[in-house]
Order: sequence, then structure tokens, then C-alpha cells
Amino acid sequence: MNTPFMIVAVLVGVGAFFGLVLALANKKFAMETNPLIEEVEDILPKGQCGACGYAGCQKYAEAVVEDPDVPPNLCVPGKAAVAEQVAKLTGKHAEAAEPMYAHINCRGGDACRNKAEYEGVADCAAAKLVMGGGKACKYGCIGFGNCVKACHFHALSMGENGLPVVNTKLCTGCGACAKTCPQNIISLVSFESKVEVACSSHDKGATARKACGNACIGCGMCMRNCPHQAIKIENNLAVVDSTICRAKCAQPDCILKCPTKAIRELIV
Amino acid sequence: MAEYFTLLVGAVLINNFVLTKFLGLCIFFGISKNLSASVGMGMAVTSVMTMSSILAWIVYFFVLAPFHLEFLTTIVFVVLTASFVQLLELVIKKQAPALYNMWGIYLLLIATNCIVLAVPILNVENEYSLLKSIVFAIGSGVGFALALILMASLREKLQYADVPKPLEGIGIAFILAGMLSLAFLGFSGMM
Repeated sequence: MNTPFMIVAVLVGVGAFFGLVLALANKKFAMETNPLIEEVEDILPKGQCGACGYAGCQKYAEAVVEDPDVPPNLCVPGKAAVAEQVAKLTGKHAEAAEPMYAHINCRGGDACRNKAEYEGVADCAAAKLVMGGGKACKYGCIGFGNCVKACHFHALSMGENGLPVVNTKLCTGCGACAKTCPQNIISLVSFESKVEVACSSHDKGATARKACGNACIGCGMCMRNCPHQAIKIENNLAVVDSTICRAKCAQPDCILKCPTKAIRELIV
Repeated sequence: MAEYFTLLVGAVLINNFVLTKFLGLCIFFGISKNLSASVGMGMAVTSVMTMSSILAWIVYFFVLAPFHLEFLTTIVFVVLTASFVQLLELVIKKQAPALYNMWGIYLLLIATNCIVLAVPILNVENEYSLLKSIVFAIGSGVGFALALILMASLREKLQYADVPKPLEGIGIAFILAGMLSLAFLGFSGMM
């Protein structure tokens, strides 16, 4: 007779007890969270790429709201629009970051000779551990596409010649590929840049040429043909000072003179 | 003493919750992609299970049993474990932020998990004493963590293996779990 009443009583009792405890705990252990953090997080692109240096978009939102020293323009994929909005919300001054994209400093691929047959895990980092991979050039692209896997925005793909290709329309310049590349041959270049050296080999000319048809052999033709002294040869490799190059050069002669076409004009 | 030891070993290896009783499988497959997450999850489950077992034991033997309402065990325990996990999350978020950063995010995932519910229910069904319940809960938690860590280690290695296309991801994980489970069946004759 008593049972239905007891069921209700016990369930209500247990439920009310835990409800009460939770409500009290919620009061006692309340954490103040800044509603601004959520607003800032909503603006961020949520690629969770980590280019800002934080563990994810939420962590960056927390940092930018709570720490006055964290600048609002750290979100690379968001570009100027996001930086502006974040700056507005947090009351900080935004300086727009220059838009960048990833550039592969290697034109080896199939033009680069194989010194050995690599048969193992199809992973650049793994291949590098085994005598630096199968390519004859120890500086160049290994070609297993770790950068393609690392890209959060599907901007990279493996091209037909065994080299990764950057889709500059999709690339946000977050640098995730540059961080993952075991050869360190991906750099971020500005959309304003005109000329880049697409080779990373520090080998002497003859060695570099033997390994790869597209290598920079450090001959200095580009340096001699640059009227603005924007190019230097450092350690057998041409290096372009892009600030000089961008400011002064209208007609890049260097790319025409390069015997191996290792230096090239950027077409975006 | 020997009795408690057998109970502990039994819960960890012989009656391993994941690999012989097939409980807590959603976390088992969800978390085991990553070793460090598995360690965090294992710790969270073990501590929650131990504490909720104590609470559940008290509620059962002081509220449900005296009123002969044993048939309400399941529903009461669901309420109990879910609210206890919430409570624990609130407390450690405030009191121990370091601990919260380590395994706080896993707490909400286990709020209504079957393994957290199964241990208190098995405790009262077998009419264990309070001490025995605690030992059993710790053993079950350690067993769960062991299975999770073993699986995560295997799956991390598996990322470098050449898995046939149709089996990639969860498919090969099921096969691995089956083999692990077979291996754990070997313990069944021990006691």
C-alpha cells in the first residue's frame, strides 16, 4: 500500500537533495567568466591552427581578452578583418598583419635524382631519419607530403612532379606546414613579394647540379644582374632581400639570367 | 587480506570491464587515439568511480534497502552519478585548477557513462561491504585505465602502419580491440 508513496518520496528526496547540493555548489564555487571571451571566440575562424601561438582559438580568445599585452592581430588566417574586430571588442589597437602565404623553397621533385630507393613509412620525417631520405639532395623536398597533411585549410596538395603545390587562394599563411616540414624548406612570403629563390641547397655548385637539375648552384648571375643589390650569395645559395626587391625593382632581370631557373618570379 | 587482493586482481584483469564485460566502449574507442588523453581519462574514471561507489553504497544501504525499494537502484544511481560528476567538476574547477586542466574536460564525458554506473550497481548486487566496494571500484578503474592505455599505445603505433583502405580508422580499432579482448580471456581461468 505504502510502496507507490515511498517510491515518489524517495525519488523526490534523492533528486531534491542532489539538486540542492549542486545549486549550493554552483553558488559557492562559481567562476566568473568574462562574456567578452565568448564574443571574441565567435569572431575567430575556428581553424584551431595554432598560428597565434596558443593551443586553439578559445585559448587565444582568453589570452587576448585577459592579458593587455597580447596583441589582437595574432590570428593569421583571420587576416585584417578579424584583427580589427578583435581590437574593437578588446579596446586594443590593431596593426594589420601583412598577408602571407606559404612558399616551397625547392623545385626538385622529379628533377632531383634518387640516391637510394626508400621503402618505408610514407612520411617525410620518417624518411629523413633513414640517411636523410631517398633524394640525392639532402636539403630538398622529400615529397611524402607531411605539409599537405598538416594544412588545416586544404591549401596544399601534391603536384604531378612530386612537389607540394600551394593554392594561394586558400592559404592563410598560418605556417603550420612550415613548422611540420622536417627539411625546413617552406617559408612564408608576402603577397607583395616579386622574386623568390626556389631552392634550399647549400651544396657547392657541382654537387648541387649533379643532384638536381633545378638547383641553385650559387653562380651569382642573379646577384650581378640585380641593379639594386637585393640579391646576395650566402653559403652557395642566392638570398633575396625582398624589402629592397619590392621597393625598387620593376623588371626583374635576375630570373631571366638564372641558368637553372632556381630563382623565379612569383605569380599570385 | 587475501580476499581483497583477489577482488582487486579480479577487477583489473580477469573481469576487466572493457575487455571482458564490454562496458565503457564509447570512451574506449573515442579517447584511445591519443596516449596522454587516455592517461587523463583513466585517472578521471578511476577517481569518479571510487567516490561515486562510496556515495551509492551509503544511499543503497541507508535509504533504499530499509524501505525495500531495491528496484529503484538503477534510476537512483543514474541521478546520483550524474550529479556527483557535476559536483566534482565544480569543486575541482575552483579548488584545483591544475587538476582541472589535466582531466577536467573528461569529467563531463563520463557523467552518464555505463561503466561509472555499472560499478556501484555491481557493488550492491554482490552485497559488498563498504571497504570491498572501494577496492572493487579502484580495481575496475585501474583495469579500465589499463585497457585504455594499451589500446592507445597500439593505435599510436598503428598510425605508421599500412592499413588497408576500408579498415582505416575505427575499423582496424575494432579488430585490435577484439584481439586485446581475446588476450584478456586468457586470464579467465586464473581464479
